[in-house]
Amino acid sequence: MNIASLAPLAVVLPIFGSALTFLLIRHSRTQRAVSVGLLSLTLLLECWLLASVWEGGTAAVNIGGWLPPWGIVMVVDQFSSLMLVVSSAVSLAVLIYATGQGMTDGDEDAPVSIFHPTYLILVAGVSNAFLTGDLFNLYVGFEILLTASYVLMTLGGTGPRIRAGVTYVVVSVVSSVLFLIAIAMIYASTGTITMADLAIKLAELDPGTQALLHVLLLVAFGIKAAVFPLSFWLPDSYPTAPAPVTAVFAGLLTKVGVYALVRTETLLFPGDSLNTPLMVVALLTMVVGILGAIAQSDIKRLLSFTLVSHIGYMVFGLAMSSVAGLGAAVYYVAHHITIQTSLFLVTGLIERRGGSSSIDRLGGLARLSPLLALLFFVPAMNLAGIPPFSGFLGKLGLMQAGLQLGTPLAVVLVVGGVVTSLLTLLAVARVWNRAFWRKPEDAEYPDPVLQSGGKTGVLPATMVGPTAGLVAFGVALTVFAGPLFHVADQSATDMLGRSSYIQAVLGENAPVPGTTAHRESALPSEPEQLDTTAQAVAK
Amino acid sequence: MSINLTLLIVMGVLYACGIYLILERSLTRVLLGLMLLANATNILILAAGGYAGLAPLFNKATDSHEYNDPLPQALILTSIVISFAVTAFMLGIIYRTWSLARQDDIQDDVEDRRVARTPSFDAEDDAAVPVETSEFPLPHAEPAAPDDTGATVPAGATHMPAAAAAAEEKPGRRAPGTTAGPTGGEE
Repeated sequence: MNIASLAPLAVVLPIFGSALTFLLIRHSRTQRAVSVGLLSLTLLLECWLLASVWEGGTAAVNIGGWLPPWGIVMVVDQFSSLMLVVSSAVSLAVLIYATGQGMTDGDEDAPVSIFHPTYLILVAGVSNAFLTGDLFNLYVGFEILLTASYVLMTLGGTGPRIRAGVTYVVVSVVSSVLFLIAIAMIYASTGTITMADLAIKLAELDPGTQALLHVLLLVAFGIKAAVFPLSFWLPDSYPTAPAPVTAVFAGLLTKVGVYALVRTETLLFPGDSLNTPLMVVALLTMVVGILGAIAQSDIKRLLSFTLVSHIGYMVFGLAMSSVAGLGAAVYYVAHHITIQTSLFLVTGLIERRGGSSSIDRLGGLARLSPLLALLFFVPAMNLAGIPPFSGFLGKLGLMQAGLQLGTPLAVVLVVGGVVTSLLTLLAVARVWNRAFWRKPEDAEYPDPVLQSGGKTGVLPATMVGPTAGLVAFGVALTVFAGPLFHVADQSATDMLGRSSYIQAVLGENAPVPGTTAHRESALPSEPEQLDTTAQAVAK
Repeated sequence: MSINLTLLIVMGVLYACGIYLILERSLTRVLLGLMLLANATNILILAAGGYAGLAPLFNKATDSHEYNDPLPQALILTSIVISFAVTAFMLGIIYRTWSLARQDDIQDDVEDRRVARTPSFDAEDDAAVPVETSEFPLPHAEPAAPDDTGATVPAGATHMPAAAAAAEEKPGRRAPGTTAGPTGGEE
């Protein structure tokens, strides 16, 4: 039996765990053990899946025995399994962190006991979106994770969270409606919603229809991924949620949007038709996002803006549609999920130790809590792209790909990327200078908690542990950048080639539409070159 | 068999009303708008299924072209269930907003308004550092009092006293006599 046929378990296990934890709602200790245990099991399974597709080889599972293009199909390839492993590792860390926070604060009663079932549903939705090979099932995956995220966003039902929740829910529903309209139109024009089948049939439509469907999908996924003109909702809604919730949202939800964008651009509409607008949008996302970050004085808001800004890098890598660019984007997604989540977790710790997350009210944390300073410093420098961290490697890969492409717009984007990187450094250095380096008495409005030496004294190990683990995972992405870049490049080659995906779903004899000439010419020698650079820097 | 024009017109009207309603500031109307949009989309999916036909129950005597396409209807069922869940959740949120704030309107992001009002002058980053001219500084060197110097800093299109600019950094407080920030002072 092929290991890949266990792939649906990545969705089923968390849903099963959710039901179980919901029954155990009055037994919080068992509930915690069950949710952490099941999520660890899921992570192990996904590591196994990744190992099975490490050297290429895409596998498809037909749910319920219905053959594609009639039934729902799940596809395990390198990109989806890599995303699964990273997302599950991150969600496990956040789950342990949240459990530790809940245990320390002693809020054992409802409504926080609803956290575990909802969280597992969120993980199931994310896994479903990564695995599915069916456009409508992708919509269902999105809805599963969004509905869970509505509940998590408004957990506790306080004023600010409800206010932020309204914006979030309305924007998400509108984007889902747009996605559904796109699905309806795609079905009307092709008569199928299996993505592999669509890859063949969409190419036969007339260019006008293709462009309409393409733009509809891009706008729907662009809202979910928070790409610039459609990113306004994110910094408004994310910062008010509880720290672990913000952390997992920042890490995963926008990346599911990016994942969907990648599939749209590579599998469904592989042409270069919209690459130029995508590049312009990527540039604007990077620059506008980071300019927003600089204006903020609240660390959570600042990080939300850097999140928007760095989505631009991924869109840039995607818009190049070359192996080097897409491979770097894949690596950058994995890096960014880890780093952004660990930064939000550290912010939760800062809030705990210093009483506030506003840099006007913080000071002297480097002396008060050197461990906290270390935990902030490493991912912050990683985010800004300081060598030798993974942020630098990912950006270097994107820059190299951009310069290889050599069009004027690509060069402008490379420059924009460097400027964004510098401004990110400025933003995080500002946090560092104010919250960590200056004396506590220099803070404009020092928080009472800061002066009294922290309300909790020491930070709970169950919260510091997962944060440190995630920071270490971020460093591991740097150390193992060589093999990771290798996988990323391979998955990029597969995605741009499309044949392995389509043949895995529709069988060996499926007709594979030819890829464009310039893409084939871009294939040789680039992966090795990027690989050696990454390995050299990693040493 | 022909295209059902009524269905298409209903869909168009639903979309138009839905889009109009979600642009309102009242939450209840936004909710109604979202429901109309979801139902309009369901009709669109139904229309995507093609011409009307017989129920898709297999019968040897029936030609395969006479069946209705069952897939769009399955999709509609799923989407109805999802929009039902979202509507229920939105109702809960609206009720909660009402019980918390006694209003049905979308509220402003307070922090966002504050950041928009913040002047470009930052007391810590941008204030002029007093120049020490003496080689042997007095132990009780008088700190530069911004109130007395009458120094002004550019704030958007206008100028404001440095002291007032520093005071405006204070979250939630406003120095008396301060001019509004660059984007105006709507609360």
